[in-house]
Amino acid sequence: MRALVWHGKEDIRCDTVSDPAIEDPRDAIIKVTSCAICGSDLHLFHNMIPAMSPGDIMGHETMGEVVEVGSAAKGSLKKGDRIVVPFTINCGSCAQCKRGNFSVCETSNRNKAMADKVFGHAGAGLFGYSALTGGYPGGQAEYLRVPFADQTHIKVPDGLSDEQVLFLSDILPTGWQAAVACDIQPEDTVAIWGCGPVGQMAIRSAVLLGAKQVIAIDRLPERLGMAAAGGAITINFEEDSVIERLNELTGGKGPEKCIDAVGMESHVGLGQPDTLLDRAKQVVMLENDRPHVLREMIYVCRPAGILSVPGVYSGLVDKLPFGLVMNKGLTIRTGQTHVKRWTDDLLRRIEDGQIDPSFVITHTVGLEEGPEMYNIFRNKQDGCIKVVLKP
Amino acid sequence: MSLLANATRRKGDPRILRSGPGSLGAADRLARAIGWFSIGLGVVQMLAPRRVTRALGLRGQEGLVRAYGAREVASGMLALSVDPSVGLRSRIIGDAVDAATLMAALRPGNPKRDNVLLALAMVAGVAALDILADRALQARHGREQARAPRRTLPQAPPRAGDRSGFPQGLAQARGAARDFVVPHDFRRSF
Repeated sequence: MRALVWHGKEDIRCDTVSDPAIEDPRDAIIKVTSCAICGSDLHLFHNMIPAMSPGDIMGHETMGEVVEVGSAAKGSLKKGDRIVVPFTINCGSCAQCKRGNFSVCETSNRNKAMADKVFGHAGAGLFGYSALTGGYPGGQAEYLRVPFADQTHIKVPDGLSDEQVLFLSDILPTGWQAAVACDIQPEDTVAIWGCGPVGQMAIRSAVLLGAKQVIAIDRLPERLGMAAAGGAITINFEEDSVIERLNELTGGKGPEKCIDAVGMESHVGLGQPDTLLDRAKQVVMLENDRPHVLREMIYVCRPAGILSVPGVYSGLVDKLPFGLVMNKGLTIRTGQTHVKRWTDDLLRRIEDGQIDPSFVITHTVGLEEGPEMYNIFRNKQDGCIKVVLKP
Repeated sequence: MSLLANATRRKGDPRILRSGPGSLGAADRLARAIGWFSIGLGVVQMLAPRRVTRALGLRGQEGLVRAYGAREVASGMLALSVDPSVGLRSRIIGDAVDAATLMAALRPGNPKRDNVLLALAMVAGVAALDILADRALQARHGREQARAPRRTLPQAPPRAGDRSGFPQGLAQARGAARDFVVPHDFRRSF
């Protein structure tokens, strides 16, 4: 089969690889019908996430048709089923899964011993996201082996297109969880940094959950335009002071809820001098991440507010004003997404017509064009916001 | 490379059979080659500055050569980073500094003038390569660069004109999910 394979920094190739096979009775194999490039794949593209190896197959936003089912998964799946594959692999039976904390499943990370040493205690296995999350081959491929498939799937009802449901695999529940973590009240202002795909989903989620106003922060016109179409007030941080504008829009009090949909690779620019220092430290390996957005959120958030962080961070961050967090009584909520916890509800909302996540797609291409699309997505060329690949 | 990659695969995981088209372009490869060259040159300058000063008739300038070596290493590291243009541009500035230093060494009394001329020619060549690589990177990765419109596959639905994401309209969407019950462990703490 063909698959997008990581060979090193900024080196992804559309290789021919051997087909996956059932390895465990709980496995299933799907023929991938649609998959997508996620913003967090760019961290791998930039080699910012440790423990990637040449030969790793990329991708964690995948759906397709079941073509083979292991004996223990036959009660839940059958050949021909259309399923979306959550990016967090979950066993469904450990203590964390029983609580709905699927992204920290205690069973699914097959490199648990290594991950325990790095994280203290390992999180769940993820598709295509380094050895630290299990080293599972990803779904930017023609076929995918789904471990714990009896649990790790979302069945697609008839009548819904791939584009309507594909993002149940990651970005829609991720944006939703970020908004839910804010426990939005009708009088709340929710400020969202980053208008990439997760930011766009967080904007729609905050609107649906009834925030008084949603404010979106970015610098790219096409992303700000899409945010405005979804009901957000926009701030271009290259034109306006984020802190001044947020204070203006909240009567000088700051937003109650702040969402970081940017993560470890904040835009580096002279207007954000801290990012220059962070970038220099990254080059000489003195710091993993550029936490500009975290610093800004901590500073501008209303006291007793909530900071929700769906953006990916990989390791050490410097100059984080934790004294402000403590003195302002801020709550920080973060984590990989407990995808399955939200997808029944979200699927119903898609069916009811409350939301159609396909709005975010700007490019649909074949798998062989995937490597070049990594460049176009990363370079933000051609108005690229979300790439869907059709193997 | 594929052999090595396959050797680290777990049993059952897909192995590379044939390598296909990749994301690295000629400009990226050139920038990387320049980055490694820069680091190599810098290391030589830092570890053996006397050889350099002797060859160019610049005795007593070992400290300066070491500093230039450090600059080369830093530029090389930047050229290998995700912002290679920063490294290449710092190299172009460095090339100008190198050229100025070599021009000063072309004084009539320098017995190594021939070597200096040769070094100047090399600096000019490398500077041209740095500029070429930087321009090629801009052409490939610059946000403003015109790209051929991406092909939308025939079986894919047409791009939606409405980017709101709310099929029933924005007004109806506001608060439409207020029926959602926030789980206990996600409720605000204050």
